[in-house]
Amino acid sequence: MAYTLSVNGRTRRVDVEPDTPLLWVLRDTLGILGPKFGCGIAQCGACTVHIDGAPVRSCALPIDAVGKGRVTTIEAIGDNEVGARVQKAWSELDVAQCGYCQPGQIMSATALLAANPRPNAEEIDAAMAGNICRCATYIRIRAAVRRASGQPEEA
Amino acid sequence: MADGAQTGASRRDVIQLVAGGGGLVLGFALAGKGEAAQSAPAKLNTYVTVRPDGWVEVVSKNPEVGQGVKTSMPMIIAEEMDADWNKVRTLQAVSDPVLFGRQFAGGSLSIPLHWDELRRVGATARALLIAAAAKSWGVEPSACTTEPGRVIHKASGRSADYGSLAAAAGGLTAPDPQTLKLKEPADYRIVGRFTPQVDTPAIVSGKPLFGIDVVLPGMLFATFEKAPVFGAGVESADLDAARAMKGVRKAFLVEGSGGLEALAPGVAVVADSWWRALKAREKLNTRWKASEASQMSSRRFEEMAAGSARSAADKVVRHDGDVDAALKSASKTIEAEYAYPYISHANLEPQNCTARFQNGKMEIWAPTQNPEPGRQLVAKTLGLKPEDITVHIIRAGGGFGRRLSNEYMVEAAWIAREAGAPVKLIWTREDDMRHGFYRPAGWHRFKGGLDAQGRIIAWEDHFITPGSRDGQPGRSAAMAATEFPARFTPNFRYNLSVLPISVPTGPLRAPGSNAISFAVQGFIDELAHAAGADPVDFRLKLLGDFGLVGTPGRDGYDAARMRGVLKKVAEVSGWGRTKMAPRQGQGVAFHFSHMGYFAQVVQVRVAEDGQIKVEKVWVAGDVGRQIVNPSGAIQQVQGSVLDGLSGALGQEITLENGAVVQGNFDSYRLMRINEAPPVDVHFVLSDNPPTGLGEPALPPAPPALCNAIFAATGKRIRRLPVDPALLAVG
Repeated sequence: MAYTLSVNGRTRRVDVEPDTPLLWVLRDTLGILGPKFGCGIAQCGACTVHIDGAPVRSCALPIDAVGKGRVTTIEAIGDNEVGARVQKAWSELDVAQCGYCQPGQIMSATALLAANPRPNAEEIDAAMAGNICRCATYIRIRAAVRRASGQPEEA
Repeated sequence: MADGAQTGASRRDVIQLVAGGGGLVLGFALAGKGEAAQSAPAKLNTYVTVRPDGWVEVVSKNPEVGQGVKTSMPMIIAEEMDADWNKVRTLQAVSDPVLFGRQFAGGSLSIPLHWDELRRVGATARALLIAAAAKSWGVEPSACTTEPGRVIHKASGRSADYGSLAAAAGGLTAPDPQTLKLKEPADYRIVGRFTPQVDTPAIVSGKPLFGIDVVLPGMLFATFEKAPVFGAGVESADLDAARAMKGVRKAFLVEGSGGLEALAPGVAVVADSWWRALKAREKLNTRWKASEASQMSSRRFEEMAAGSARSAADKVVRHDGDVDAALKSASKTIEAEYAYPYISHANLEPQNCTARFQNGKMEIWAPTQNPEPGRQLVAKTLGLKPEDITVHIIRAGGGFGRRLSNEYMVEAAWIAREAGAPVKLIWTREDDMRHGFYRPAGWHRFKGGLDAQGRIIAWEDHFITPGSRDGQPGRSAAMAATEFPARFTPNFRYNLSVLPISVPTGPLRAPGSNAISFAVQGFIDELAHAAGADPVDFRLKLLGDFGLVGTPGRDGYDAARMRGVLKKVAEVSGWGRTKMAPRQGQGVAFHFSHMGYFAQVVQVRVAEDGQIKVEKVWVAGDVGRQIVNPSGAIQQVQGSVLDGLSGALGQEITLENGAVVQGNFDSYRLMRINEAPPVDVHFVLSDNPPTGLGEPALPPAPPALCNAIFAATGKRIRRLPVDPALLAVG
């Protein structure tokens, strides 16, 4: 079935089955490889993208449900002022270990700060709890979210 | 040269990935066609190429799986060559044992095996650049020195940047590396500095870096279904139903050979997208052949272990002194049984691999920790010559030991050859969870005796472990005869029983240690409390005034180094000096593994309903005289600690009817950010060669946690994962 999507500010046309998760449309059909596959059931958050600015687990969202929503992936998040700040904090604090989950972490953090520019420790944990980091870089993730929001890194 | 293989890094990086194949010159592919010979990049040795524009390219030989070696190993080279780190580009080597020797990510060995060698690689490059400058200036090389990226002749005030010297340096004969003087640590400008990973910019911008991101022209996507019961063959599968699905190009049976670590039996589906391959897989309705392995269940394993614990051991591995007499004469004796489950590596990037078979040559892009054995395995399984196989080492989304096995590499190669097209094989999360090489379960039945002064005078551990029918412990399921506190207690006996259980096992971060430390440091804690002693003081007394016990590099255990980290962690954690609230407590543990000495204090608070909040962890570690990259080093320690806590608090792989029950992160719980405590890391520098940090900080975490739970609640955790129901009030 043919779908018209808005991805990173571009209109993209794809022909896929309606149950195809957005993640696999992005990765296999459009070659947008930043969103990662981790679980397939919206448990780990590695596939997180934004639809109209809200974080969404693309591995469990059928393409048929995307509608007219504007999809943003890690590849374009730096065009957004908050996203760029988050990426900068992630770089400066060297948050990543293996790095596989970090596109999803950055997408969740950006959505958090867009909605809540100065989150407290509990709010950071709550907003980031849907993103698993198997390397457990959580301490630096917290610090980077705080730095990106202009708060001291130690809570 | 691969036509258009993209891992997403720049195209030049891709060329670089491919260029090392037959031992040809690394850096060769970087010379633009228009460049004149004198301005060509100069390869100064296997690892170092200097470009005319002053950029230095340093090859990183080992796989990068998040442990940071793609940054730390080139840092060592760049330090000794006195390169400007801002003009260093790191390139991942392909698998090439001729050029690089063994290339693997395992055993926390990258730093200890390469610290000296890589320093000399860098020093050699520096010597060549100095020699080139000295020659052009007509001065003695010994009169020249370097600043980052430049050779200086102070007497005449002349200087030249490395780029301008590259061509001349490349034409000189390298000096004997052993004759070169290495830098004093006080002069380091790169090593010892907080250095972000070289791939950080690509990571934070979502550039394709990982195995799962490899894209080849004309590539198809594969899924491979294997039996829920390990190794069972295919009875039947509805291949035609799968073939009738949209986008499917091939569906076929794989008979398999070489066992679970090579090519297991299964059904492959190849399609023009991975989702379509998966949908077609659902139509296979595969029936599997009956297998004896279907008798396995975790309940049965527990019965077997309990039976062994009640019986005499299969054998005595070690007996020092006379344990029976010491137990009889002891003022106090205690007994306890500890148990821990199988756990899964759960790499966040599921196993995957991309392969292309063309004109008799196999080319493989593998997120592997262990490329060369994979190449050999593919050669053997597919009947190819190893020299016809190229393995590109691709950054992996987590290693943890799982990617030391290479069966996904064999599967991808087999499927690609059968499909007649380049294929990217991706496992589902459930495939990954149910077809692992698990951290083995194990059981310890302890007896301990204390004398009137509260010293351990008798220690017996009946270790019960899964393995073969002929009594051999399974892979990563053995315990060394020198495992602590062997050699530190006068009467010591280690009894071993092996249960015939064929669950596939393998190394998981700090193999052996990650589980044994939970049991050993837990029982030591029980003895400390039985002696009425402070758990830190009791441990210091147990370490006594021993120095180095055993042989360095083999079974050596430096008790002084362990005392050093134990004292340090007691100091920084406020041990014994911090007032605890009700149901709040601190626990301590230490463990030596992978040449690293680590002690930890965990502080917990346990709610009335038994829920555990880990409030903070303090770590002291001794890995020698030099931390190469403090950023990566702290990361590895914090990650290891949280990994250990994550396993202890929530992870368990169980079997029913021969199949793994857990399939995804809803049933197999990984720590999330809201559960992660701060982890305060202190390195104790000692005058020893630098050693690795991928693993040794993990083992003390689970026992320190459980010892803290005891301090908080008076309830002793002897079985992992921790069951909060046991800790509820009332």
